[in-house]
Order: sequence, then structure tokens, then C-alpha cells
Amino acid sequence: MYAYDEIDRTLVNERVAEFRDQVKRRLSGELTEDEFKMLRLQNGVYLQLHAYMFRVAIPYGTLSSRQLRALAHVARRYDRGYGHFTTRQNIQFNWIKLKDLPDALSDLAEVGIHAMQTSGNNTRNVTSDQWAGVAPGEIEDPRIWAELMRQYTTLHPEFSFLPRKFKIAITASAHDRAAIKIHDVGLRLHKNADGETGFEVLVGGGLGRTPFIAKTIKPFVAGRDILSYLEAIMRVYNQYGRRDNIYKARIKILVHELGIEKFAVEVDEEWQQMKSDALVIDDDVVEDIRSRFFYPAYEKLPHNPEELKKAAQDQKFEAWRKNSTFAHKAPGYAIVTISLKPVGAPPGDATAEQMDALADLADKYSFGEIRVGHEQNLALPHVARRDLPALWKALDRLGLATPNVNLVSDIIACPGLDYCSLANARSIPIAQELTRRFANHDTANLIGRLHINISGCINACGHHHVGHIGILGVEKNGEEFYQITIGGRADESAELGALIGPAVPYGEVADVVEDIVEAYLALRASPDELFVDTVKRLGVEPFRERVYATR
Amino acid sequence: MPLVKGGQIVADLFAHVADDAELPADGAVLVTAKRFLQDPEAILRRPGKAGVIWPNSRDVDDLVPYLERLAVVALVFPTFRDGRAYSQARLLRERFAWRGELRATGQVLRDQFVFMLRAGFDAFEVKKPGDAEAFAQTVKRYSVFYQPTGDGRITALHRRMQLRHSESAGL
Repeated sequence: MYAYDEIDRTLVNERVAEFRDQVKRRLSGELTEDEFKMLRLQNGVYLQLHAYMFRVAIPYGTLSSRQLRALAHVARRYDRGYGHFTTRQNIQFNWIKLKDLPDALSDLAEVGIHAMQTSGNNTRNVTSDQWAGVAPGEIEDPRIWAELMRQYTTLHPEFSFLPRKFKIAITASAHDRAAIKIHDVGLRLHKNADGETGFEVLVGGGLGRTPFIAKTIKPFVAGRDILSYLEAIMRVYNQYGRRDNIYKARIKILVHELGIEKFAVEVDEEWQQMKSDALVIDDDVVEDIRSRFFYPAYEKLPHNPEELKKAAQDQKFEAWRKNSTFAHKAPGYAIVTISLKPVGAPPGDATAEQMDALADLADKYSFGEIRVGHEQNLALPHVARRDLPALWKALDRLGLATPNVNLVSDIIACPGLDYCSLANARSIPIAQELTRRFANHDTANLIGRLHINISGCINACGHHHVGHIGILGVEKNGEEFYQITIGGRADESAELGALIGPAVPYGEVADVVEDIVEAYLALRASPDELFVDTVKRLGVEPFRERVYATR
Repeated sequence: MPLVKGGQIVADLFAHVADDAELPADGAVLVTAKRFLQDPEAILRRPGKAGVIWPNSRDVDDLVPYLERLAVVALVFPTFRDGRAYSQARLLRERFAWRGELRATGQVLRDQFVFMLRAGFDAFEVKKPGDAEAFAQTVKRYSVFYQPTGDGRITALHRRMQLRHSESAGL
């Protein structure tokens, strides 16, 4: 993790003091709700159906055990004992009181956590690969750059009132786990022919009612120039992005209306005039940031220790190990994904007790570090393989060893109509029902990798467009209906799903999904062909025929 | 609407002249861009200082030829949520080296003072009297700044580098 210094701490404390004053002025009536709304949003505070919702940033998905305990403390002290991890490396608390918010922020500030710009028309939490720094084959740790961008975008005097929200994601691996192609700006770290590190810059991705996959605006921008290039993009957007209609205000619409070539020219003209100014990042600045990240001293450990050989007798353990542990850059170590998708529960929720216990396990087995991924799961990034059996036992006791990572019940869902004032339909009960239908681990394994994404409205917080199976809640004559798409994906080959047929009522969604899965099992060329590849090979039609034949 | 300049509430020496009103014979005036661009010379040649209220939907490039002869540029926040004037302000200060008065007008509220100062504004037509009175207090809210802008405040990154160098020099 990145360790705050006195400078970072001072800024966060100054922000808390400012927000405390703003809440005081709101409660005394000095600030109108209209004036206060944007200020609270910029501190992560929404007004939802039943209460205020508080969204806290977990920059690039890295947490220390101390920070996770502070999140547990907030859940327990100010909320109802649990938190909800989102698709953008944030955590949300759904029942907090306005008067308690400054204290909650102040408690979080003590461990270097804040809620700045987790909402509002500004640059949001800069996200990255949850395996950053430990994934084999990574170009370099993308979090160094994400932290530089976190600092650069925090309280930016020019870009705090953009036409609309602005999201940046960074990946440094061939397999994109950060979904960069559905971000306003996606950055892919790579090396050019001279061996210099820089970024492919993509722009204009996003979901919502007008979904777009991001397009490449520049194949290579050197690391030292990345902040000035971002500033040029944001300056063009701030001046020319539409402000007359909030549904057309994202940068994707500007890019679409101008065309990527024209947009690229505008950005380049702006960039040429300021690229060599104060935003150039010197190597020693990068090194200073890098020096404040924590890198464990790994031991020399065997890949296949006795403990693992012995535990292999236990089928339950083996099922979990095969599903939830992943290759690590250091021999003898593994990355462990912790599913927050137990059967019958809302995806992405964790109780305060689970968070505390996980913090203890991180201290014991993962050098005190925890990661948060956009799939709404957690990870322990540095687990010695010999410790896997002991860790599994502990996780199992906590209800955190469901071996369904990347399987059909590893569902991404927004809070939906159960919490959200924008939603048209419920998401969570659909997800819960699907996890029950696919609770059998052997069946789920047979189906293989399959991502289901559920959004309760067109704003697409559950990323339904890029789910292998996407489920979108809509309202028809006062009833909840669901449109279903197939073939979407959010990785390096990102694509938007295609509609499979007419919307179906709430009670039929799980049946339709089961039918789609059955159709896939019948249609796939071999057990190795993933669902999404079968859809790509055959198109939607054979699925439509099978699923809608009897409807 | 109180005017804050140099951190204090001051009298506005510029008369806001409506588009259909007659220009006063002398004294400082502030006119809209529309009126100004119809006949810039008529505004610039009269005795008394001239200022222009520039809309946030028009490139400041069009104003650049006249900057030398202007005393005030006022940029507009139709609502505080519309941040286009921040970009215009930085361009005027940092790219076109405007040294005259840069005034924020419109829905200018307390909680944006720091952003405005950092973008280069040095005069503020503040919407609420209470906010104007709180100006000096409010602008001291922050002592740490992550971004370099033309206001010359030292950034966090550079402060760290200075600290590091002074440590390694044994100071």
C-alpha cells in the first residue's frame, strides 16, 4: 500500500474540517440543499431511498489491514454493521446519518482513507488492477501511476466542476482486470520500441444509456508526459463537453459527436502548448512515490509444499484452491481471491465482523494487505502456498470460502431498487435467486467461466452491457421487467452484449438465464469453449431460438 | 453584491452598463462581450477604464487581441456547477499572461473561493454577503495543493522533493 506522509495527511484533515463546516452550515440553513448537494456529493454522500449513502474510496483497490479495520469500525459505529463493495473500488455504507458523517470521515482520515470525489462531476477514484504489483508478467506496478493521478486529480482547481463525472482506470497486464475500455479514460501501460515506459491512452468508453467502448486516442504517451496529456483531455472536455443534457454530458458523447480523429487533434493542439510545463513528471518524483509503496520481502518457498500435498486429499479444499487461488510473481506464493458472493446473499457485501477477521488473516498470511477488485470480490495478494490450507479453514469459518470466483454465481450487481432512488427494478433478489439456482459447485464448474451482470436501471452501475449475460431492469406499466443481453465482456477484448429477445417479467428472469446456460452447454464446440466464445462464434440467433421457442 | 479584492470587501469602481443603456461619458465601465465586440474601439477609446464580461461559452482567444487595453476581465459562473470559467481563467493567466483584474461573477459562493484563486481569479463578485465576509477565513482552509497552476503555490510533489533534498544535504 501507499503510506501517506505528513503532506497527504494534512490535506485529508483539511478536507474533513471543510466538510464539517459545510454540514454545519447546511444544518443551520445557511446553505440551501441545492448548494449543499454538490458539496456532499464531492465527499461521497448521496441521498438514497431510505437514508444517506456514504461512498468511500479505496484508491487502486489497495487496503492495509488497519484501513480495513477502520472500514469495519465505520460500518459498526455509524451504519448497520456491514458495507457494500462496488464495481469501482469503493465501499458504500447505506444507512449513515448526515450529522455523523464528519466524524466518520475523521475516523477514516486517521488511517489515510477519504471519500473525496467518490461522487460529483469531477474525477473519480482512479482504479486499477487488483493484482497490481503481484501479477506475473506485469509491465510495472500501475499503482505508482494511479497514485500520481490520485494526487493530481484531488481537488483540482480547474476540473472540479466538469460537465459530468470522469473515471480513469489503469492496467499494466496483458489481461485487463481493470475494465479500462469502459472508462472515460483508459490507460494501458506498455513499453515502446526504445524500451521506454508509457501509456496507450483510450478515451470515451462508458456504459449508461449510450454505451461505448473506449477508442485509442494515442498509442504511446511517455510516463513523464501523462499528467499533461490528461490535463489536455480534461481541458478540451471541460470547455466543449455538453452541459445542456446530463445524459449527453459524458466525454464519450463529445468524442462520438466530434469523432475520435477530430477530438484527438483538439487534444493534441492543447497539449502541444503546455506539455513541457510544470506537469512533467521527473524520475525522482516517480521514485519518491514508489518508495512509499510497501513491497514485502518474500521468502524462498517451494511451489508445492508438504502442507499443500497433504491438504489435496480434501475435496472441498481442492475445489476452493483450484477456483480461488492464482499465480503469483513470487515462487511459492499465491494470490487468493475472496468471494463476496455466497449463495443467497447480496453480491459484494461484507459484515464488520468479516472485515475485522479478514484484516487479522491479512496480518497473519498476506503481509497485512488486502485488495478490492471491480468484480466486487476481495483478494489477499501475498499468501505463501504452504499457508493455503490454514487460510482456507479460517475463511470457510467466516463464510468467505465460496469457490465460485469467475463462475456463474460470481455475479456483479448494483444495489437496485432495494436502496437506490434511481432504480426501476430490483437487482439484489435476482442475484440471490441466481446464486441459489447455480449453487451446485460441480454444475457451475461444468459451465465454466461466465459473468452475469445486473443493473436495476439504465445507468448501468452493474455493468450489464459488458456481462457475458447482462440483465437490465426496466419498468413497464408499473411492473419490473428485465432485458437480457449476451456476449458482452469488459476485458481487453471488451464488447457490448446483444439483446437476446423481448424483456421478461421479474419472476421469469432466473428461468431465462437457466435456459441460456442450457443452450450454451448444448451449443458449445467443446468443454473448453467459454460461454462468451460460443456467443461470438454463433451469434445471438441460436440462443434466441432455444430460449424463446417456448415463450 | 459585494466585491472582494485583495482579500477584502471593496467598492466596485466599475459601472455595469447594460447592453441597451448609454455609455457614461467617463469613469470605469464593465460591458458584455456582445456589446464590446460590436465596436471594441468605442469602448477602448473612451476616457476611463474598460472591462469585459466574457461568457463561458466563447473561446477566450477572441478576447486576446484586446487584453492589453483592458483593465478587467470578468468570467461567468451561471451556476457554481458550471466550471468552464476555470479553464478560461487559467488560459488567460497562464497562456496569455493576463495581469489585469480577473473577476469571478455569477453564482460565486464560499466553497469555490480556493479553486477560483488557484485558477487565477483575484476579484470576486460574491453572491451572499456572509460568504464575502468569510473570504479571508475561507481561503486559509487549505495549505496543501497537489497541482501546479499559475498561482505559484508550491505543490505537494515539489515540497516533498525539497524536503528530501534538504535531508540529504544534512540540513
